[in-house]
Amino acid sequence: MMENVVIRTVSRLAVPFIQIFALYVIVHGASGAGGGFQGGVVFAASFILMIIAFGMANVRRRIDNRGIMWLSVIGIATYAGIGFLALLMAGNFLEYAAIEAALGIPHLHGILIDLVEAGIGIAVMASMVSIIYDIAGNGEESS
Amino acid sequence: MTIINHVPVLLVAIPIIASLLILAAGWYDRRFCYPIALITILSQFVASIAILLQVLDGGTIHYHLGNWAPPLGIELVIDSFNGFILVAILLLAAATIIYARRSVEKEIAPDKIVSFYVLFQLLVTGLVGMTITGDIFNLYVFLEISSIAAYTLIASSRKPHSYVASFNYLILGSIAAGFILLGIGNLYVATGTLNMAELAVMLPASYHLATIHSAFLFLMIGFSIKVAFFPLHLWLPDAYAESPSAVTVLISTVMAKVSVYALFRILFTVFTTAYIIDSFPVTGFILLMSTVAIVAGAVLAIAQEDLKRMLAYSSVSQIGYIMFALGVANEIALEGGLLHILGHAVMKGCLFMVAGMIIYRMGTSRLSDMKGLSKTMPISCAAFALAGASMIGIPPTIGFMSKYYLVLGAFEAGLWPYAAVLLIGSLLAAIYIWRFIEIAYFGDPHGADHNEEQTQTAEREGPLSMLAPMVGLAILCLLFGIFVEVLMQAVGPAALLLLGGA
Amino acid sequence: MIEPFYELFLSRYNYWMAIILMLIGLYALIAKQNLVKKIIGLNIFQTAIFLFYISFAEVRGGTAPIYTAEGVHALYVNPLPHVLILTAIVVGVSVTAVALSLIVRIYEEYGVLDEDELMLAVRKR
Repeated sequence: MMENVVIRTVSRLAVPFIQIFALYVIVHGASGAGGGFQGGVVFAASFILMIIAFGMANVRRRIDNRGIMWLSVIGIATYAGIGFLALLMAGNFLEYAAIEAALGIPHLHGILIDLVEAGIGIAVMASMVSIIYDIAGNGEESS
Repeated sequence: MTIINHVPVLLVAIPIIASLLILAAGWYDRRFCYPIALITILSQFVASIAILLQVLDGGTIHYHLGNWAPPLGIELVIDSFNGFILVAILLLAAATIIYARRSVEKEIAPDKIVSFYVLFQLLVTGLVGMTITGDIFNLYVFLEISSIAAYTLIASSRKPHSYVASFNYLILGSIAAGFILLGIGNLYVATGTLNMAELAVMLPASYHLATIHSAFLFLMIGFSIKVAFFPLHLWLPDAYAESPSAVTVLISTVMAKVSVYALFRILFTVFTTAYIIDSFPVTGFILLMSTVAIVAGAVLAIAQEDLKRMLAYSSVSQIGYIMFALGVANEIALEGGLLHILGHAVMKGCLFMVAGMIIYRMGTSRLSDMKGLSKTMPISCAAFALAGASMIGIPPTIGFMSKYYLVLGAFEAGLWPYAAVLLIGSLLAAIYIWRFIEIAYFGDPHGADHNEEQTQTAEREGPLSMLAPMVGLAILCLLFGIFVEVLMQAVGPAALLLLGGA
Repeated sequence: MIEPFYELFLSRYNYWMAIILMLIGLYALIAKQNLVKKIIGLNIFQTAIFLFYISFAEVRGGTAPIYTAEGVHALYVNPLPHVLILTAIVVGVSVTAVALSLIVRIYEEYGVLDEDELMLAVRKR
């Protein structure tokens, strides 16, 4: 499979577009159909394509288990951080309106939702990739 | 707006952060993992006591996530019923995490220890979430979080058989979760809401619909698999017997109890007693099956050669007692059932801790290898005897009190033959508990083909961090039984609440 | 003659499809010997439930639940089941991942994927 020029060329072309599309889906989450879960999965799909085309070792060099771990921590921390920010601003957990009122910036809640969606997207992407590593990588170096 | 108002959400949110922290800290030094988990669970426990006192004092607490009012948003509800369960499960979780450290070092490969604590934390979080949520779909999500954590934890043992046990549990657990999801879907179709309180208000109008009946059956069967109610218990013995000791303690006490809680919650507060007794009479059937469970579980327990497996079948039998309360469905029986939820968690936790301790010292859980154990491990055997007495129902232990209330409740409902089954169950429990006592206290260590090495390693008790929670739980069995009045202050309102807030 | 039949089956064919799929999934879960096929059965089973949710959310002629020129008076599809199922799909993916990694471990340990042979291998140990 490593020898297949067609697959490698096509995926080299396709991966950036898949990733842009994933980002679009994530950012679209605040105002329409879209969101972190879907976007994260699409983003992870680009990694699967890379693994198929260039081999596991190649991809692992770019993003290893430690990177995955940090990405998922950052993703969920973003989500929870905004939740706690609302607590600090005298609202309930994840009450965007409270942050908006406290900081006095109009339409801030849309940005906050996007941030939360981005956090979810990062976490979902990281866990999807770690699942692929774990199952396809014969369990070596798994955590 | 003080911090106490936000405790419900912090009970779930902080542990999730903590589990991430454990994961991150584990990359630098494995030794950081345990303290973080310990501190988090202990503070959860303290918070749960504070919140129970607040509930008993000032009534039910509602917390609206994102400040969206219930029909739209998800709400967390803590009333006297789940406040009581919350304290009970966090007490057990705290005891287990103290116990876990040394046991895990012995039974789990070093490179899996970080994941173990992460998953342990997630499992406890999922169960706490299941307990305090007021939204039925949220309940499903937390159920799956805890289940996935449990599947993985069961497979974390060094024994390869644990993979098979975990896989079987996964298959049955996923079918159960699928049924629960279907049931929730049917409820949503019929009423258009997912909030439990609102469901309870809107359901009576459509009690005659087939949609509601099928929703009820799906939920009932799904949760029956989850609690291992007798004919659906097949995943339980393997899962309990093959997982690492600390995991066994956690899932047999905390997880089983939360599943029972969810079943009670759905049967009594979502579908009220009016439905389960009058519109769709299932209590008679539950009662019948629970008596079968009590007897069959105990008989199967007697037939086992392995200590952990014996205790696992004993759990099947004891779940029957709790379901018995559900089947009788009057106030006294429900008080007994709720007491038994706590009591069984405490005593079964203690018994499994003893089993874990024996595995820690001797590397085996076969009953025949334990001859004369009381000479080398006197404290463990004493704890086993005490918790075992509670399991049989000898006064003044908690096991006696809960069974006493159950029998009283059965008498009040005029169910004499069923009350007799409760007593038969106790007698059978006496037989399987006595088997261990006899082997441990009166077995001759030198009579059998006992090899010298094992006697050497079993020379003394396990480490203090394992001994302390075990002895603590054993003493709690006694204290709860003697000071049962204190517990009744929480259990009484809870039982009333289940029967319709009368 | 055709009326009750129509009432029971054709007008609710989406539910019947969900039921059929669910039974296929359950059959595969119970009767298939191969562990991977069991997981495929589990996925079919879960998909049937997802289909059930999505199909009851459908409003004939409804639009996506986004703000349009018609404002709040637009006829729109109930978005809540979609959101619920999104969560359920994530859960399903996680369960599948755990199941597959367990199968990988089982295969490494025992070298079999067949359930009966696995039980034999377990008993032999």
